[in-house]
Amino acid sequence: MDNHDGGKGMNLTLKVWRQKDSRDRGGLVAYKVENISADISFLEMLDILNEQLVAKGEDAISFDHDCREGICGMCALMIDGQAHGKDKDATTCQLHMRRYKDGDVIVIEPFRAKAFPVVKDLVVDRSAFDRIQQAGGFVSVNTGNAGDANNILVPHDKAEKAMDAASCIGCGACVAACPNASAMLFVAAKVSQYALLPQGQPERERRVLAMRAAMDAEGFGHCTNEYECEAACPKGIKVSNIARLNREFVRAMVVSE
Amino acid sequence: MKLDPKVPTGPIEKSWDKARFELKLVNPANKRKFKVLVVGTGLAGSAAAASLAELGYEVEAFCVQDSARRAHSIAAQGGINAAKNYPNDGDSVWRLFYDTVKGGDFRAREANVYRLAQVSNSIIDQCAAQGVPFAREYGGTLSNRSFGGAQVSRTFYARGQTGQQLLLGAYSALMRQVGAGAVKLFPRREMLDLVVVDGAARGIVCRNLTTGATETYSGDAVLLCTGGYGNVFYLSTNANSCNVTATWRAHKRGAAFANPCFTQIHPTCIPVAGAHQSKLTLMSESLRNDGRIWVPKKKGDERGPADIPEEERDYYLERKYPAFGNLVPRDIASRAAKQVIDEGRGAKGALSVYLDFQAAIKRVGEDKVREKYGNLFDMYHHITDENPYKVPMRIYPAVHYTMGGLWVDYNLMTTIPGLFCLGEANFSDHGANRLGASALMQGLADGYFVLPYTIGGYFAGAKLAKVGTDHAAFKAVAAEVASNTAQLLAVRGKATPQELHRKLGRVMWDKVGMGRNARGLKEALAEIPALREEFWKTVAVSGSEESFNQTLERAGRVADFLEFGELLAKDALTREESCGGHFREEHQTEDGEAKRDDRNFSHVAAWEYAGEGKEPVRHAEPLTFDNVHIAQRNYA
Repeated sequence: MDNHDGGKGMNLTLKVWRQKDSRDRGGLVAYKVENISADISFLEMLDILNEQLVAKGEDAISFDHDCREGICGMCALMIDGQAHGKDKDATTCQLHMRRYKDGDVIVIEPFRAKAFPVVKDLVVDRSAFDRIQQAGGFVSVNTGNAGDANNILVPHDKAEKAMDAASCIGCGACVAACPNASAMLFVAAKVSQYALLPQGQPERERRVLAMRAAMDAEGFGHCTNEYECEAACPKGIKVSNIARLNREFVRAMVVSE
Repeated sequence: MKLDPKVPTGPIEKSWDKARFELKLVNPANKRKFKVLVVGTGLAGSAAAASLAELGYEVEAFCVQDSARRAHSIAAQGGINAAKNYPNDGDSVWRLFYDTVKGGDFRAREANVYRLAQVSNSIIDQCAAQGVPFAREYGGTLSNRSFGGAQVSRTFYARGQTGQQLLLGAYSALMRQVGAGAVKLFPRREMLDLVVVDGAARGIVCRNLTTGATETYSGDAVLLCTGGYGNVFYLSTNANSCNVTATWRAHKRGAAFANPCFTQIHPTCIPVAGAHQSKLTLMSESLRNDGRIWVPKKKGDERGPADIPEEERDYYLERKYPAFGNLVPRDIASRAAKQVIDEGRGAKGALSVYLDFQAAIKRVGEDKVREKYGNLFDMYHHITDENPYKVPMRIYPAVHYTMGGLWVDYNLMTTIPGLFCLGEANFSDHGANRLGASALMQGLADGYFVLPYTIGGYFAGAKLAKVGTDHAAFKAVAAEVASNTAQLLAVRGKATPQELHRKLGRVMWDKVGMGRNARGLKEALAEIPALREEFWKTVAVSGSEESFNQTLERAGRVADFLEFGELLAKDALTREESCGGHFREEHQTEDGEAKRDDRNFSHVAAWEYAGEGKEPVRHAEPLTFDNVHIAQRNYA
């Protein structure tokens, strides 16, 4: 195997969760990978292992990935017990092997939550997030309805805060990191974005109530202020959004009939 | 095959109004009788699916990802153009139209581009109303910045995540319709073929990527919103799942493929680091607002960037193109980078040039730079382990976008009635080179403001018999798809799909990439079919058909790239001129700029599939320029 910088690469042991399908019990399987360059990404390291498995006629390890630049939210690995691994503010695909050393043993599991059933190996079903969006994560404005964009003024700081919340990529790391598998940070990010903007006002109460109810119906747990979600979020979304969600929720209970 | 572009006659300012008036309408109660299948949920697909559902059509939407929110539009960074003229700097619909036609090196249809510029303003209005958190001034109005190929500030943005925010806006509109029961969503489905009945597109065959089942879906029209084919080069800025399969298989069912050789190499990407690299990462063009591109003046300079004094640096874009400076269009910036590196004046250590922010940091401070580009700087840091606030970025051109795609008429319909193609997947608006911040504009224009009108014209005029998935045509196509899958699994070779994909990518990049010549293209045309043969003898696809199987997915896509790559090379060989992103080394000016041949090549090349092993047929749609003065592009 070539290692582009000519130096000797790392030899690692991977313990990877293998599960044939949603009904299979699954378990950890150990693999050795050799001569891994420090400059490749974590997913490229898995690519190397997979190419070796496929060439031998064995089933490759399934894992979700797509853009490989930290924005699509598809990749989702629990690496040594940390959602997206040990880098702060980074997705799995942004993690590079320079963060590991020769001889390391790495445990790779799927994001675990009752609401995210395993599809195969490291792939989980996150469609619960889509259903929460369907309940109220939108502004009801049909195509063609809008007036001139500058007729809606949004103060700079509000726009920046809304953008902070809106940068959620829907990866589910917050759920995987939470001991209760709560989706509060995900819901809070969406509710906050719209609560901060004038465009979100007409449906402000209806939205928070509907999204909260949908979240509960999907089987996510409750928030007990562990703050693990903020620590795991690859986009640095703050728990202060959860405080805003709670305020919006209480306010909506009072205001709506 | 007859190409009828259906461009309205008369003055260009009135052509879209005229076309809309002349399109027949479907009354509100009848709309629910028509079912539309939308393949792909990026900007074009999500916008179209949501807008059609709002109008009352029955819609089914399909995507390969686990959620509609993850299509590759999400990775677009810098911004979206519109002719709002909010900065009061002289912009207009006419100027956006003019810049886009010129930027495309006079190889796009004028009327399409004019319509794009016209609806650009409505897109910004719509997205702002949806709650897209665009950047704002302190007074609350929208902010703008500049992009390549324009001398006005017309680009709207949401930090370096504009594509993400616009896609989430369209996705939210789509989710609203799914929640209302107006759209049925099918994630983790890959379209593997098109079903044509009595000459019209009536359905699709998909692989259910979770269960492996072959599924059929019928409808009254099919929309392909499946993105570009940049991954034919293996390494590109595209997401891993981006592929040509949907458009290629539609091509084999009768849809003409237009200008496949028009591919865009983006000048500012993080350079290739090693053999196992799985993709290249873009650094947004918006960085060229504040970043200055340079290389050492001296050949083979071994010093690090900090040790090279100002007077020994060559800011070559500013030197060669003083009017546009670092903001020349992408094709020009990419070629200029290739030239200086070919001269032996690249940055230290890697195949790259410098993109330097020291001047901007000195001028406005690190915090201001962070506010504008923070996420891009972080991305760069994650990948390279270098801090771009301290040392200049090293960048190199990479495959980024494909201007070619399925041929469509003014109504976005392909040569198969009832099959429409939107966004990057079609060929229509960018000619031979796309300007920055125009992909988002086109995807959303097609989805929100063009297709919802033109599809009505098709339905009102078509006599469509009732066709369901029990029709014999569906069974026949599904059987072909299943047999193709079985063949992939039956080879049982030793070469992984990635390995064969890498081999194809090397041929494409070396011989059909930034610099093309007849000799290299002919070599590619011999090597690609040989590689295709090797693929079908040696490919290793493990796992089973009836399960989640990413190796099988990849193999199917590579098989199609191996067919499509040949057409791309053939198109590049036939087009004996240089224009935009298509640079034939035989056709250049003394300064190394692209030299067009308007007398012989002012046309769209639309290829017709002639059957397995047969030469495809090249048709030409002539391009006329009645409104924009055609000239050699000059950005100096």
